[in-house]
Amino acid sequence: MCLAIPGKVRKIFDDRTAEIEIGGIVKNASLELIPQVSVGDYVLLHAGFAIEVIDRGKALEIFRAWEGKVD
Amino acid sequence: MKEDRILLSHGSGGKLSFNLIKKLFLSNFNNPYLKRLDDGAVLNIEGLKLAYTTDSYTVDPLFFKGGNIGELAVYGTVNDLAMCGATPLYLSCSFIIEEGFSLNLLEKIVSSMRAASAIAKVDIVTGDTKVVNKGAADKIFINTSGVGIVKEGVNISGSNAKVGDVVMINGPIGSHGIAVLSEREGLKFETEIKSDTAPLSSLVADMLEVSKDIHVLRDPTRGGLSTSLNEIALSSKVDIEINESDIPIQEEVRAACEILGYDPLYLANEGKLVAFIPSEIAPNMLKKMKKNKYGKESKIIGRVVKKSEGKVYLNTTIGGKRIVDMLTGEQLPRIC
Amino acid sequence: MKYVDEYRNKEIAQKILRQIKGISEKKINLMEVCGTHTVAIFRNGIRKMLPSNINLISGPGCPVCVTPISYVDEIIALSRKEDFIITTFGDMIRVPGSTSTLEKEKTDGADIRIVYSTLDALKIAQDNSSKEVVFMGVGFETTSPTIASAVLKAQKDEINNFSVLSVAKIMPPAMKALLEGKEVNIDGFICPGHVSAIIGSEPYTFIATQYKVPCVICGFEPLDILQGIYMLVKQIEDGRAEVEIQYERAVKPEGNKIALDKINEVFKMVDSDWRGIGNIPLSGLEAKDKYGKFNARKFEVEIEETREPKGCRCGEVLRGVIIPSECPLFRKACSPENPQGACMVSTEGTCAAYYKYN
Ligand code: SF4
Repeated sequence: MCLAIPGKVRKIFDDRTAEIEIGGIVKNASLELIPQVSVGDYVLLHAGFAIEVIDRGKALEIFRAWEGKVD
Repeated sequence: MKEDRILLSHGSGGKLSFNLIKKLFLSNFNNPYLKRLDDGAVLNIEGLKLAYTTDSYTVDPLFFKGGNIGELAVYGTVNDLAMCGATPLYLSCSFIIEEGFSLNLLEKIVSSMRAASAIAKVDIVTGDTKVVNKGAADKIFINTSGVGIVKEGVNISGSNAKVGDVVMINGPIGSHGIAVLSEREGLKFETEIKSDTAPLSSLVADMLEVSKDIHVLRDPTRGGLSTSLNEIALSSKVDIEINESDIPIQEEVRAACEILGYDPLYLANEGKLVAFIPSEIAPNMLKKMKKNKYGKESKIIGRVVKKSEGKVYLNTTIGGKRIVDMLTGEQLPRIC
Repeated sequence: MKYVDEYRNKEIAQKILRQIKGISEKKINLMEVCGTHTVAIFRNGIRKMLPSNINLISGPGCPVCVTPISYVDEIIALSRKEDFIITTFGDMIRVPGSTSTLEKEKTDGADIRIVYSTLDALKIAQDNSSKEVVFMGVGFETTSPTIASAVLKAQKDEINNFSVLSVAKIMPPAMKALLEGKEVNIDGFICPGHVSAIIGSEPYTFIATQYKVPCVICGFEPLDILQGIYMLVKQIEDGRAEVEIQYERAVKPEGNKIALDKINEVFKMVDSDWRGIGNIPLSGLEAKDKYGKFNARKFEVEIEETREPKGCRCGEVLRGVIIPSECPLFRKACSPENPQGACMVSTEGTCAAYYKYN
């Protein structure tokens, strides 16, 4: 029940909700839990709320660590 | 808790439906035709092979992106006949209508049934209408039955899958399920997901031109691809392996599944078929299928690996392997 | 889908696997605490990909499964009251109480609605001002801030017919209880990624320092899980016990401060019953008195006597003591069509996962 999906913030409305796009699907979600968010950011969506912003740099680390690696 | 009442899940096309059919219907109506549990019965009548099938249609909402209940009622039955390898010919049609239902909507439904039967080249030759008290039915239910002729030399059945057979599908899965669901759940899409509602008889006719040696055809409607494959595995007593990365699926359908916590393998389709054919004829078959309007995105998704009690395995994208079971109960949205 | 598809890369998965195989030959028991991990592990077939010395044990992290039967009975009792609407996440609707389920109550005419968000539940309350709308507050730290937000919004907008029947739970105390119970040998924890997005990594520190058990906070895609397992095995092999974050793209060490503040504003920590584990001190959340009018426990209901399903060993399954196939009812009297315990009902339940995918 802790499913959360990453999506892209497309519009932010005055009432601190946002339009978030996930693989071509558009969902509205509350930004109450992560106010510091801008259009274009990716956020984790859980039960109608964005619960965290995805750190783009950190997201790549796993590939940096493994892609070049020969075993 | 033992079930003493019918639940929605009994009709969802999954395991509970399967058990109800086996334990109640099959044991009471027992005969060799029914026993095959195919989409329709193929009857031998004075040298003629007649395919015969029936289905009732209820859908909420009645009109959805890419189709409506009327089209479903025609194509669904046409497809059941096609899955027996038959050329569909005649349909019956009976309406159960709730008192107060809009005449205008009924006209719309009927006119799309007319258009659908023209496309599928069938005639609706007999029918019936019942109107029930308000509340005794949900808006409108439609039942259609159909007959068609099976050509000599064609012997298609869910119990005919053979070791070495290739498993094919004619396009991306799950769009009907998501189209209907999204209407109900208010999901918004950038590019709309349309139901794949379509008649498959012309595709099947093309396929039979390539070879009459098609072992199994099945349209994975309610219960989805995994339930159909499981039924086939059980009837044919074989193990089937499919590859996750080969199964065609639209990006939006996949995203909707991630959001709702659904497994696309269980989503309903209304214009898809899976075919089990000998591997030698697969390349030609694929070529031919891709030329048909309803088979453009046909793909090989797996194969029959061995004789056994009948299990379906999925080779996962990352190189793992797991069992694929029948649908158990209606899928319910998890949260995200 | 960005941030999903890349993490399902077969080549990298195989690379990580080869490394995992290379570093240790020890017999290692890792527990994935979170039900969402359990599902991801089974769906991707990860268990069978791992070398045989690494054993994954499913833990008590399916909120539906650890919810006591008496709570289900409580909400069913509420659903039978005149002019009540019960709102719930889809996950809970089939969970058996002593003699019924919400799904059955719905068939019998109770007004039970599935929602995706607590805000949907609030909206239902606004649209039905003559009725009492109760939200079934089940979930871990991932979900509790969304429940707290709804309560705060109800307060602000004076939506007084909205209330929450909370059994929200906190994860780390349950992990502690398992370690204290000493029934299973846990060599490392795959810690819940989305719970940790809220609480951060600090709350697990005691596990590493006091119990010397390594912890890795893990994402939910296959590469995340494999890398997390790799990090755990490495810690074990190096003789370290630390809290590491694999899921760095979503989890900060300090967690989400705003979300935590909302939880602390609305809820107080209380002792809480976990099915299978028993009462765990300060492991649950209940609305503070000042938000008492949004606490559905203000309604008087008569709750039937709790009846545990006979022979069901969910408790031991939830504690990782047995695997489902060791339960005599598994695949016999108990199946997803006719489930005896919650572990078989919930999509994230361990018994359901074994039944479906194994
Ligand atoms: S198999 Fe069924 S009865 Fe046995 S522990 Fe799991 S849920 Fe309980």
